[in-house]
Amino acid sequence: MQPLVLASFTLTSALGRGRAATLASLRSETSGLRACDFADARLDTWIGRVDGLENEVIEGALAAYDCRNNRLARLGLRQDGFAEAVAAARARHGAERVGVFLGTSTSGIRETERAYAERDPAGRLPEWFRFDQTQDTFSVADFVARELQLTGPALVVSTACSSSAKVFAVAYRHMRAGLCDAALVGGVDSLCLMTLYGFSALELVSPQPCRPWDAGRAGINIGEAAGFALLEWPGAHQPDDAPVLLGYGESSDAYHMSTPHPDGAGAALAMSRALDSAGLTADRIDYLNLHGTATLTNDRSEDRAVTRVFGTSVPCSSTKGFTGHTLGAAGIAEAVIGALALQHGFIPGSCNTGQLDPHLHAAIVLRNREAALRTVMSNSFGFGGSNCSLVLGRRQ
Amino acid sequence: MTVWLDSVGVLGPGLLGWDAAREVLAGVRPYCDEPLPAPRTTLLAANERRRTTPVIRLALQAAEDALGHASLPAAQLGSVFASSSGDMEIVDRICTALCLPERPVSPTQFHNSVHNAPAGYWTLGASVRMPSTSIAAAGRTFAAGLLEAWTLVAVERQPVLLVAYDWPAPPTLQPHRPLAAPFATALVLRPEAGADPGPRIDLQLQAGAFDTLQDPALEALRNGNPAACALPLLAVVAGGESAGVSLPYSETQVLTVQCRQA
Repeated sequence: MQPLVLASFTLTSALGRGRAATLASLRSETSGLRACDFADARLDTWIGRVDGLENEVIEGALAAYDCRNNRLARLGLRQDGFAEAVAAARARHGAERVGVFLGTSTSGIRETERAYAERDPAGRLPEWFRFDQTQDTFSVADFVARELQLTGPALVVSTACSSSAKVFAVAYRHMRAGLCDAALVGGVDSLCLMTLYGFSALELVSPQPCRPWDAGRAGINIGEAAGFALLEWPGAHQPDDAPVLLGYGESSDAYHMSTPHPDGAGAALAMSRALDSAGLTADRIDYLNLHGTATLTNDRSEDRAVTRVFGTSVPCSSTKGFTGHTLGAAGIAEAVIGALALQHGFIPGSCNTGQLDPHLHAAIVLRNREAALRTVMSNSFGFGGSNCSLVLGRRQ
Repeated sequence: MTVWLDSVGVLGPGLLGWDAAREVLAGVRPYCDEPLPAPRTTLLAANERRRTTPVIRLALQAAEDALGHASLPAAQLGSVFASSSGDMEIVDRICTALCLPERPVSPTQFHNSVHNAPAGYWTLGASVRMPSTSIAAAGRTFAAGLLEAWTLVAVERQPVLLVAYDWPAPPTLQPHRPLAAPFATALVLRPEAGADPGPRIDLQLQAGAFDTLQDPALEALRNGNPAACALPLLAVVAGGESAGVSLPYSETQVLTVQCRQA
């Protein structure tokens, strides 16, 4: 593919608001996870929670969009001068020529959960419930587009945990096809009872902080995050150290709805396609940010896939021990972490991982390691067997 | 970046498959909006099929209709699944369960609650490892799905299956997301003309008003289900004309689809 520049990018998660806070947490190897204290969830687990959303009420013209997911979206947009960078792109290209492609899995479903808890004796939902602006899967893109006054092509990708990686591919194709000249990509997912109880019902949730690739790993911790990137064709106005999207690869497992293919065949296909897209051989990847959810099956399948494509030499880590599994925002969260790794020349260690599983062979980096990186790959694999790998690099 | 339409599938009240529906959509036979029979799929093993929901089967049955007329096998197709509202029955069940003291969320229902569940079952049932995307875009869902499919064909140079589907909400949610009736359509698009090509398709986002349908019952369907926004396009294809049709997109734009029949 023709490279796209990440002219601006940002992440807000349990690690903090914005890039500096994220970087500081990564550098100090300080996990953002905490024992679950969300709503009245009575579950023995850890979560990645963003503080202060209760105080970020959306008022004014877009008040109808107020819900945890859109509050988190707005908070995310306000970090790192991102909204300002988008405004500049809007001025440069025109509002109709900036696309909005975001990922989410549960959108504003928390509002629906709250509404069901307040049903009247006839079973009707309360007056305050606003499906279109909150539960609706498109709500976060609709809200972001209105907030930033963008009127270009827009959609939400909702493919579970690969959503906000796939949006990079969607943006590239829309730009390459001439439908827009720049794109706001990213994703937002927020804590809700549905995912906490749903993943628990599938016995995929760990009662402890998650430990990817660990011999004693016991499942995921759910996190929330809002991450965004502004994609443009290379131009003189972008910072010299802006990261670049070099390639992407997508595939389907065609194996099972909630379990990855044991050989990681679909994952290997996505990674191989990403390398082809970037015009790179496997030995040119300097760091691989794993999907690494810390379930028994994901880590095993992904290990097979990674070792098949890369052997055991590429340094890998999962950063879900830092942020939790942010589901529809996992793709963008880990793309941003990969971008920070590229810019600051270090590999973030696999936080919380202690004793590596002896049956797994990928070269896991346990502690932060200084390293001049030219390229980073990031994996995101979702329920329904939806796989996406991204390759980021530096401007030439 | 020309794209060819290879085949079409359709499933809705009084529109039971492309073979039966094309004369209705071309205006040759009158439209009669009989309720849709329960959707069915032939794709999955019995135990997987038992776990599917009506929404999943609606999408799969429309996909199978298109594949039945297509010149390419399923395994060669990338796919785009587009739904504005997904599976509201499952959301209703899970939210109801969350109100009970033990919060008994069913694991099967939870993994079926992902917006890409139909796409997942499609890739499973048809053994497809080509990439699949599932999208949502409220009232513009069909147009956004068509654009996404078109960019896949134009840029990746691969044939694509587009499936747009929406199913009415259960009673608790119905007042808040009032969908009139279930509807699904499927289109197979390809980067070059096949042996028996359908029309060439060109897309453009532009200012303007979207087209409506003359038949009041068909127009009610079009207006009452975001997937049914495809109906004016299906009518042009069914009629075999070379024509343009405008589909709803945003407050300021429509998606104009130019069909040039061979």
